[in-house]
Amino acid sequence: MDDRFAYALALGDDALVLGQRLAEWVSNAPTLEEELALANVALDHVGRARMFYGRAAEIANDGSDEDDLAFGRDCRAFTNLLINELPRGDFAFTMVRQFLVDAFNVPFLASLARSTDPAFAAIGEKAVKESTYHLRRSRDWMLRLGDGTSESHDRAQRAIDDLWGYTRELFEPFAAEVRLASAGVSIDRAAIEPQWRRTVDETFVEATLSTPTESWSMRGGRDGLHTEHLGYMLAEMQFLQRAYPGQQW
Amino acid sequence: MVPAAQAARQAARRRAADDSLWALLDAVKDPEVPVLSLWELGVLQDVYRDGAGVVVVITPTYSGCPAMHAMEQDVRARLAQAGYSNVTIVRRLSPAWTTDWLSPSARRRLREYGIAPPGPISCPQCGSTHTSLISEFGSTACKALYRCDDCREPFDHFKRI
Repeated sequence: MDDRFAYALALGDDALVLGQRLAEWVSNAPTLEEELALANVALDHVGRARMFYGRAAEIANDGSDEDDLAFGRDCRAFTNLLINELPRGDFAFTMVRQFLVDAFNVPFLASLARSTDPAFAAIGEKAVKESTYHLRRSRDWMLRLGDGTSESHDRAQRAIDDLWGYTRELFEPFAAEVRLASAGVSIDRAAIEPQWRRTVDETFVEATLSTPTESWSMRGGRDGLHTEHLGYMLAEMQFLQRAYPGQQW
Repeated sequence: MVPAAQAARQAARRRAADDSLWALLDAVKDPEVPVLSLWELGVLQDVYRDGAGVVVVITPTYSGCPAMHAMEQDVRARLAQAGYSNVTIVRRLSPAWTTDWLSPSARRRLREYGIAPPGPISCPQCGSTHTSLISEFGSTACKALYRCDDCREPFDHFKRI
């Protein structure tokens, strides 16, 4: 597999899978305003996935398009990080996950905007603006949940404890990414950790939440080794295109 | 004063070889904010003839903005009406869309339409600067929802990005 294709695909999968999880809140959110917000953030992620998949299809140059990549691949072919695919949980879980991912995405996309590959750089330049805004909201929710009622505090802390082991994978480069680094195409995701950690620690302190100290971690997403949850999500997301290939609205 | 980002866009348009295509597309409005044309919104970057066809260059506002699809359809429909059926739409991501591209007159019309333009926030109904954020996202991705603390009216604010 072409390294640039693999890179575009992995970043596209991260965005699509998280976008789909966020979209599941539509008609389920606690308030109308939050439903709009979740849907808008979901759309930004799906839009981002389209840009990465479009780039991947361009590289593959085999007649496939973004829809084939989104709807025509099975679980093991998806290379998203596991944190993105975990079920949405309660509102606290969704917002803690979003905060942890947003805090990563802002520095990551800012670096991607300096990629030597103009197409990746353009996506980074566009998407970092959106993630900056997403982070503003998800950070605000950390403060409101953590420093809110004892119930909201406990739920936020439980979400942090449950998610913490999935954050290691954010900083682990995969083979294609490592090979692309020397040409300046890919970003050194390991180097993002200190900045991410600073954002997370500062926010948790202000939100009266604690950073876990345990060291367990889960990995495998980039190798197509997923949690049991992804298959169910894809089954729902891909149903229409699987049942009626090429169907359009 | 015209911001630099604005001036560059205006200059590019003045250099255009074919005014009539621009004039045609000035009639295409943002489907969600119908007081702004795609040009004023900063989505339309360029339009020119290429052989027998017409090329339209656009920059999406937000990655996930569902209105982008409607805008592309509206552009095609408007050009088709004028007899141009061979139309290619190119999406240009860089430089990324920014609200700095909204002209002063576009900002004024946003306010008249009931949307507080990007920048310092004041209520579009009564002008008060005492406002509270209700939600970081309003009716569309590009807007946030505010409430006026004086006249109590809720309103959309076009976010600065």
